Amino acid sequence: MTETDVECAKQDEPSQVTATVEIFIMGKRYDVPIGFTIMKAIEFAGYQYIRSCGCRAGFCGACATVYRKGQEQKLHFALACQCLVEEGMYLVQIPFVPANKALYDINDLAPEDNTILTIYPEIARCVSCNTCTKSCPQDIKVMMYIQNSLRGNIAKAAELSFDCIQCGLCAMRCPADIKHYHVSQLARRLRGKYIDPESKELNARLKELEEGKYMDEVDEMMSMDRDIILNLYKKRKIEAQGDLDEGADA
Amino acid sequence: MKIIDGYPDYMMESIKLVEQKREKNLKIDVPALTMEGREKVLKAYHPDFMDSTKREVKLGPNKGEMIYNGIVDLLESKSILDTKSVDLTKIHYDVDILIIGGGGAGTVAALFAHEVGGVPKDKILITTKLRHGDANSMMAQGGIQAADRPVDSPTIHYLDIYGGGHFTNKPELAKALAMDAPRIIKWHLDLGVMYDRMENGEFQELSGGGTSRNRMHSAKDYSGMELMRNIRDRARNLEIPVLEFCPIIELLLDDQGIVSGGIAFNMETDEYYVIRSKVTILATGGSGRLHLSNYPTTNHYGATGDGLVMAYHAGANLKDLDTIQIHPTGDAYPEAVVGILSTEKIRGLGAIPLNKDGDPFVFPLEPRDVESAAFIQECKKGKGLVTPTGMPGVWLDSPMIDIIHGKGTIETKLAGEYRKFKRFDIDMTKHPIFVYPTYHYQNGGVEINEKTETALPGLLAAGEVTGGVHGKNRLMGNSLLDYNVFGRRAGLHAAEYIKTRNVGKLSLKHIDDYNKKLDELNIKSDIKAPILLPEYRGKEVLARALDIL
Repeated sequence: MTETDVECAKQDEPSQVTATVEIFIMGKRYDVPIGFTIMKAIEFAGYQYIRSCGCRAGFCGACATVYRKGQEQKLHFALACQCLVEEGMYLVQIPFVPANKALYDINDLAPEDNTILTIYPEIARCVSCNTCTKSCPQDIKVMMYIQNSLRGNIAKAAELSFDCIQCGLCAMRCPADIKHYHVSQLARRLRGKYIDPESKELNARLKELEEGKYMDEVDEMMSMDRDIILNLYKKRKIEAQGDLDEGADA
Repeated sequence: MKIIDGYPDYMMESIKLVEQKREKNLKIDVPALTMEGREKVLKAYHPDFMDSTKREVKLGPNKGEMIYNGIVDLLESKSILDTKSVDLTKIHYDVDILIIGGGGAGTVAALFAHEVGGVPKDKILITTKLRHGDANSMMAQGGIQAADRPVDSPTIHYLDIYGGGHFTNKPELAKALAMDAPRIIKWHLDLGVMYDRMENGEFQELSGGGTSRNRMHSAKDYSGMELMRNIRDRARNLEIPVLEFCPIIELLLDDQGIVSGGIAFNMETDEYYVIRSKVTILATGGSGRLHLSNYPTTNHYGATGDGLVMAYHAGANLKDLDTIQIHPTGDAYPEAVVGILSTEKIRGLGAIPLNKDGDPFVFPLEPRDVESAAFIQECKKGKGLVTPTGMPGVWLDSPMIDIIHGKGTIETKLAGEYRKFKRFDIDMTKHPIFVYPTYHYQNGGVEINEKTETALPGLLAAGEVTGGVHGKNRLMGNSLLDYNVFGRRAGLHAAEYIKTRNVGKLSLKHIDDYNKKLDELNIKSDIKAPILLPEYRGKEVLARALDIL
């Protein structure tokens, strides 16, 4: 294979522009190719990102976007890197969300019914309007996890909020000024630290390591000639291939 | 061209073959390749073995060594910083520890320097190009390796790492990685990380490519995000200072030649800041956005290899940058997500790669370089498909997962993947996904030792920017582990190092010297380095751009 064989694979180069759609970036009209994400379309139009662009793959929440289409009443919410452009979109990205986070030391807390409420008392102001849920580009049941937090069901709040990418659109829309994504971060940390069960196997391994076990074994391996370690490597039993099924090796 | 369930009709024809053979394929085990078989496919199809992908660098500590073209292009360019426009007599930030990069490695280093090393928070400064946490660390999906099961041991983990790296890793670094792993998992639990568990409290651990035991700890397919947001939340609660949108563009040396801080550039106001520090930790991450060998990439927007450039300007040596990691399962369809990762966990859960005829052709869990080369080979043999936008690829038969583990497995264990494809009308519980290798990880980088020291006094480094930990190929689950293990070590070592450090007069002479050397060698370049951001603006717009404001 030569280098040119993968040229077609280069990302972010507009492939042949065949058809376009009309979009409005902060009110200004541009024609951009069909099939582009909002992010790629904005770049195609000539903008270079500093803010509002992060992982480009739906994990970081940097590219929260709001838009309306034509004369539609409804305001839509999306991640610019995960949403394709559509005809007549009027869009803007949110570069920053002012949402104060409570300061706490997780080590000083306990997973009590009122722990979250004490740290974020504003969750009691939730009027169950569900606007947060409707504004979530991850389709998380945001109001449900706020209600669970309010009731002290930390484990459920953590589970419901797990896929949160912390874009902050919920907090921008809430009429009760709740900072949902900070609330759920606390719920998940409380669950991970205090509610999920201990791993006995991990604790046993830590004890072994504390006692210095494996140190000599690894050191011996480090001093092996290449042929010898290569042979050891070749002879490894592979668990995923079922090699351990008849009994584990040393 | 008709689109059916998200796929064009001709691709759907091939999917029918995949479906017809699924039951049979579930029973077939394609054996893993022998060492000789691996070597053969790598040499024929992996970009690391192509002459056209790299060249000898003409100056600096690695002079005469082969490095990927896109990186040499940067090393053979003048600095972006005009040293005459900087006044070093005015110090804007005077700290003990400067941490360059607010991803995983940098944040972990800050936490350990402060919480264990006892360095006051106001004596630490993290600078970062985008927002705190905008990093490849946030994007890792599959999980993190740690040998904590009775059938496993750090010794077996070490052997997997070393063999997976083709025995080119620095053994002391591979040892640190394997031996520190269990304590890292414990630290995460103490922070509040929600790992996937079984009812009895033990971790749900899967296999990754090239690993001989199931030791991948995961948090759904948001593993990197779950770790990063916990680590970042801890740093925020401790109020560790972070300068966002202010990348360091060059390092500062003192009159003894010891690294003593850096020049930060505020990308929003265009001003610079002089930052003086007793020790500097380089944690700038990888270089996917350089699109080496023209591959698409899974990396975040800021991954432009800045750390390699500034460390090289100051005299640090680089290691193993004649290799890159292409990840076998980058998305090749739809066009909107080309290059984005589909996690190795999909294969870990039992999905197997199939060609256009619906036939298996490779053991699903080879090391990443081997698996990638096998995909490229299959496409070269004409056994792949090509998308309407010209992307070649093969199938990854995701519906197998729900057949093996029960309905609903994909939606819970691969929530992110399911959501991603659903946005483009593809239901991966019903239809396979279409994949081709993508540039995923910078295997090498600035060489470090087990204390994270570089060749330059005063400069430590951790995470993807470093070289030596993974040798010439990294195994899955070892990058999240890497930034934790070496971020921790960097933070602890930094806290010790500063106790005896006195900083002399600051200097940027090394930049002038480097630029002069380029002139002497008559090396010309159209760019200045580091580049900070990739250029993705439309070509027509750029052609008419005026430099006025």
